[in-house]
Amino acid sequence: MSMDRRQFLKVAGISSILGFGASAASATHPTWQPSLRPDQMDRNKDSLWAKRWAMVVDMSKFKTDGDFQKTIAACHSIHNVPDFRKPDGSVDRKLEIKWIWKSTYEKSFPGMEEGKYQSEHVKDMPFMLLCNHCTNPACVRVCPTKATYKLETGITMQDMHRCIGCRFCMAACPYGARSFNWVDPRKAANLDPAKGGKVNAEYPTRTKGVVEKCTFCTERLAVGKMPACVEAAPKGALLFGDLDDPNSEIRKIVANKLTIRRKPELGTGPAVYYLIGGGEHA
Amino acid sequence: MKIYNKGPVFLGIAIFLALALFPFYNNFGKTNKKPEPKTDTPAIMEYEKLNGKKECVEPKEYMRAEHMVLINNWRDAVVRDDNRGYKSSTGKRWNMSLQNECMRCHSNKKKFCDECHNYMAVKPFCWDCHIQPVEKEEARS
Repeated sequence: MSMDRRQFLKVAGISSILGFGASAASATHPTWQPSLRPDQMDRNKDSLWAKRWAMVVDMSKFKTDGDFQKTIAACHSIHNVPDFRKPDGSVDRKLEIKWIWKSTYEKSFPGMEEGKYQSEHVKDMPFMLLCNHCTNPACVRVCPTKATYKLETGITMQDMHRCIGCRFCMAACPYGARSFNWVDPRKAANLDPAKGGKVNAEYPTRTKGVVEKCTFCTERLAVGKMPACVEAAPKGALLFGDLDDPNSEIRKIVANKLTIRRKPELGTGPAVYYLIGGGEHA
Repeated sequence: MKIYNKGPVFLGIAIFLALALFPFYNNFGKTNKKPEPKTDTPAIMEYEKLNGKKECVEPKEYMRAEHMVLINNWRDAVVRDDNRGYKSSTGKRWNMSLQNECMRCHSNKKKFCDECHNYMAVKPFCWDCHIQPVEKEEARS
């Protein structure tokens, strides 16, 4: 007996509906539920909560390169960020993964005027950069899988389970805050036990083929701790709080002092504010 | 009907069948060892001593059938809703975390997770990113 395509599809369709399809799914999964019900969720009472997490970076408090390095190291070791080095010991820029990093004034604030008579001090100053957790993030707009998204608290978060590694977000982010895992991060010398590395067993690593960045330490906020960089930086250098709360320390600084943000003209609404001159606050 | 090159043709068919059916006759009559996941880690024994019973997040039967659904739901709640507390049907509160809660008790991934997953030939990719507990005794043997 011969069968044309149309007949085959009819038989296949009907038999899959009758034989397998719905009945099979409900028979094998009587207790299946697509997501947790509200009554199954119980948020940690100690967790820190805000309507808009934001950060003020007081550049006057970063005095030495060591201040930068210990801040970076605290973040990167807690979050199992791989440190890829070339054989000569320098950072492998092609493979580099960074959540928080040090950069120059002209790279951090390319739109700002660099007049001949501008403060040499500021022009030569290194800056502490990280994800700006924008109000209107370009990375979230372009992500085709919704692997990166905004949390209610204003944090731009990403879901490594959903990331397909297309790197649209990296192209979209004007701050260079995102890094791609070209190779298995566990092969990096600082994470691979065979090379003398050590992982933080309380936090996952990432895998090859996903994009990662700073998360404002959501996992630490959830247990009532401040972000790792805030704790590690010199006192008062990184201030973290709720920008939506008029009484918060960072809101007062942003309201009363002159702070600058990176590339505000792009309309992304960065939530990291830079205080250049410093002063007697905090 | 005449068949040309009878000898090589039937020999070829015989060799093909011998190879194709190898798994069937080779394993005929043998029984596979049943998977026996172990719940005898120090953390679980300690829990049993304190509470007089072994107890997982949800009842055993539910966990056996639906742990993958539960874990997926935990993942979505934590990652997407920033919510890390789970209220179980047993009334207890659990921290939704694979590395820090599941594996805190089930620190024997090889004898617990892999035992069934290997038997069923399922390969969840949890451990590409999540860090599995160090299993000292396993490494020594």
